[in-house]
Amino acid sequence: MHADPKGVLTGVHFLDGDHACCEGTLAAGARFAAGYPITPSTEVVERFAWRIPTVGGIFIQMEDELAASIAIQGAVWGGAKAFTVTSGPGFSLMMEHIGYAAITETPCVFVNVQRGGPSTGLPTLPAQADMMQAKWGSHGDYSIIALCPNSPQECFDLTVTGFNLAEEFRVPVMMMLDECVGHMTEKVIIPESDQIAITPRRFTHESPEEFRLFKPKEDLVPDMVKAGDGYRFHVTGLTHDERGYPSMNVETQDRLVRRMQDKLKPFSNGRALFEAVDLDDAEVVVVSYGITSRVAQRATQMARAQGVRAGIFRIISAWPFPEQHIRDLAGRVKAFVVPELNLGQMVHEVERHTAGRAKVISVPHAGGSVHKPEVILKAILEAAR
Amino acid sequence: MSEAMLDTPLDPALDPTLDPMNNATNPVEPFLRMDRMPHIWCPGCGIGTTVNCFARALESSKLDLNKVAIVSGIGCTGRVAGYANLDSFHTTHGRAIPFATGLKLSNPELQVVVYSGDGDLFAIGGNHFIHAARRNMDIKVICVNNLTYAMTGGQTGPATPTEVISATSPYGVFEPSFNLVQLAEAAGASYVARWTTYHVKQLARSMEEVLHKKGFCFIEVLSPCPTLYQRRNKMGDGLDAMKFYKEVSKVRNGASTGECALTKSGEIVVGKFVDRDRPDYMELLNRQMTATLGERYATPEVTCSEG
Amino acid sequence: MQRGLSQLSHTTKLGLTEIRVAGFGGQGVILAAIVIGKAAAIFEGAYATMTQSFGPEARGGSSAAQVILSGEPILYPYVTQPDILVVMSQEAYAVFSKQLKPGGILIVEQDLVRIDHPPQGVRFYGVPATRLAEELGRKVVLNIVMVGFFAAVTHVLEPDSLRKAVADSVPPAMQKLNLQAFDKGFEYGAELVHRMAEGGGDAEQVLTLESEA
Repeated sequence: MHADPKGVLTGVHFLDGDHACCEGTLAAGARFAAGYPITPSTEVVERFAWRIPTVGGIFIQMEDELAASIAIQGAVWGGAKAFTVTSGPGFSLMMEHIGYAAITETPCVFVNVQRGGPSTGLPTLPAQADMMQAKWGSHGDYSIIALCPNSPQECFDLTVTGFNLAEEFRVPVMMMLDECVGHMTEKVIIPESDQIAITPRRFTHESPEEFRLFKPKEDLVPDMVKAGDGYRFHVTGLTHDERGYPSMNVETQDRLVRRMQDKLKPFSNGRALFEAVDLDDAEVVVVSYGITSRVAQRATQMARAQGVRAGIFRIISAWPFPEQHIRDLAGRVKAFVVPELNLGQMVHEVERHTAGRAKVISVPHAGGSVHKPEVILKAILEAAR
Repeated sequence: MSEAMLDTPLDPALDPTLDPMNNATNPVEPFLRMDRMPHIWCPGCGIGTTVNCFARALESSKLDLNKVAIVSGIGCTGRVAGYANLDSFHTTHGRAIPFATGLKLSNPELQVVVYSGDGDLFAIGGNHFIHAARRNMDIKVICVNNLTYAMTGGQTGPATPTEVISATSPYGVFEPSFNLVQLAEAAGASYVARWTTYHVKQLARSMEEVLHKKGFCFIEVLSPCPTLYQRRNKMGDGLDAMKFYKEVSKVRNGASTGECALTKSGEIVVGKFVDRDRPDYMELLNRQMTATLGERYATPEVTCSEG
Repeated sequence: MQRGLSQLSHTTKLGLTEIRVAGFGGQGVILAAIVIGKAAAIFEGAYATMTQSFGPEARGGSSAAQVILSGEPILYPYVTQPDILVVMSQEAYAVFSKQLKPGGILIVEQDLVRIDHPPQGVRFYGVPATRLAEELGRKVVLNIVMVGFFAAVTHVLEPDSLRKAVADSVPPAMQKLNLQAFDKGFEYGAELVHRMAEGGGDAEQVLTLESEA
């Protein structure tokens, strides 16, 4: 299906990443947002609050991030496409509800515009240090999808993608912006609504008598219903059986937790989103994401000018990690260079899947700015030696 | 249906549905998920009594039950959602109200009831309670107040009266407790009432009343926890609790909520304290947007289509 | 890949140009930068990346925005050494003037900025933007006067693109006023450039310090 034209601001715009992300939510069909102000993410919901009354939907400013991150899930079970927006400290507060969305298979989107941490850290300056938190932040085993745009245009495009993936796999999707991308203003092209593909909610066609709320379909994802349609269903954060009823036994736990992980396998195997630049002959591959990928690209250009065959593997879907691609590359390149605005997070994944077959060089940065291209260049030159 | 579910047959002669021997034809069954029985509540616990009253309120309300949703947090009362044969949501600890807020706003034709305990609604979830009341969100909050955290073993909660012995106050509670009805009124609730599980008819009537009332409505139900609260404080069993409620309760409709604070063994003022009409959140939203945007305002249509 | 400024006005393909606009809060620094970026990105089909300072430091006090323009995709988003510096306050001048690239262009609000130690090897243009804005009856459009002046003296972007970007960036009710402000700044700049070309460079307004042009 295509986007509802009511929410699509077709045209060529000059927008920052936060505003572009908001337009992405509207194009994706989100008609409910709950948020709590926090720099540098608030512009997303400020724009939504400004836009939504003429599109037809609701923005509510909640009393805190705990409330915002569960209000959206109430809205989803009421039938809405919904999201919330936050940054570091707020993201930490939302962790329990990311777990709730995972176990209740509630499709929803969490936008996290990353700033320097820990704690209050650097409210107005960029970092990419919530990457592991996005994957592991809530307790227990579960799976999520995380996307990392590197421009305002991608903030729009990937937000639409994020909503679509949330609906397809019934998982919480994290939009992992960074302050730099969120606050950077560039040209953003928003297509006609009939050029924007939308994944509809998987509403069941079964009758209330035959329907089981958590009975997986062939793709391991169950179909969904909304409140008020006569299904009299039960949703719980407790371990539950296919009816949705609490069931505290080892077998149910094993079946549920494995399925929540397995249902994303098609996504990790072959559908991972990435960008490859100059990989064909590369001896050194810079693995990066978000704003760092742009700096990295300048560094690889500089390296090529010095005769070093450097390329870029840009991670777009960070979780599930595009492990197959790293494994494939590991067999044919000399080294990976991994710059990120943290002291080494995704580099561990690269190391894990390289399994010693290539050098892996971390280029850490504590955040507050971006790398100087020369710093990444230096690592590339070292790696090539 | 287990014994505990119907442990307060106050006067079976007057009301045959309260007769535990009559459970084969119990008229509340259609309102419960009978495939989930037996429930987890202890003998003498009052939660089942409140559920019974709620089922009867639903019945007499004549509401389309497909359009009633129930949301609970975590705790003994948090389990109510799991037994109600409605669209039911067992959410996270303290967050039933914000979940209900999202549910109601996305699907306004639903009547959304939050059913949870004193610890869930007023300690971990206290901030959400006052803000939903402030907004006059159109949800109905039923708080089963057993004066303790029962699910976790009887610790001190925000409503535990002073001098009570609890698992975490072995030498007696010394912190002041919340007066829940006063808090609800001050925060802006449209409807505030308090009953005990002794007052089943009044409670059922209040529940029915709020199912037809717009805005943020709050009912506090004092309910015994014989296993933990009463045992530790030598207050007897479930039946002793009923006797106690009967003895110390005073029905004072319209009483000033500020004079309704609870103590360990003092008077329990019950009744309907507040019943006022305030525009609810959606009404205020529509009013403001229409005033500022005129015809450009698009009435919210939040639910997504199938394709 | 960096092009000298001298080439910019003669090439149809926009070379990498780093611009910083700075002043104090309330002067419309950010909007000025948006107009410049928008002119390039939307009305000239080039690339533009704008960044700005945020947070408590951007509330009142000083304000700064950076725009990078290029005919090719912009990778590194931050300005390090601007080719063009537009300043509207003494403080901004003190902070940023030393970072201007040799051979770069310095544009100042001449009534608000006193140039005591002009950086070496830059071209310098002054405009009484606040006064010109006041002549239009609204001091708030001084930022757009600056943009008009910028259009006339730098030739980095087509004046028409900038003019369209102005119209596109303000509410309809404010369009006429802002376009007047743009034209006023542009005319002032064009006249200045003309006088310079005639060889009658007004030393008080134009200070060309050539060291490596």
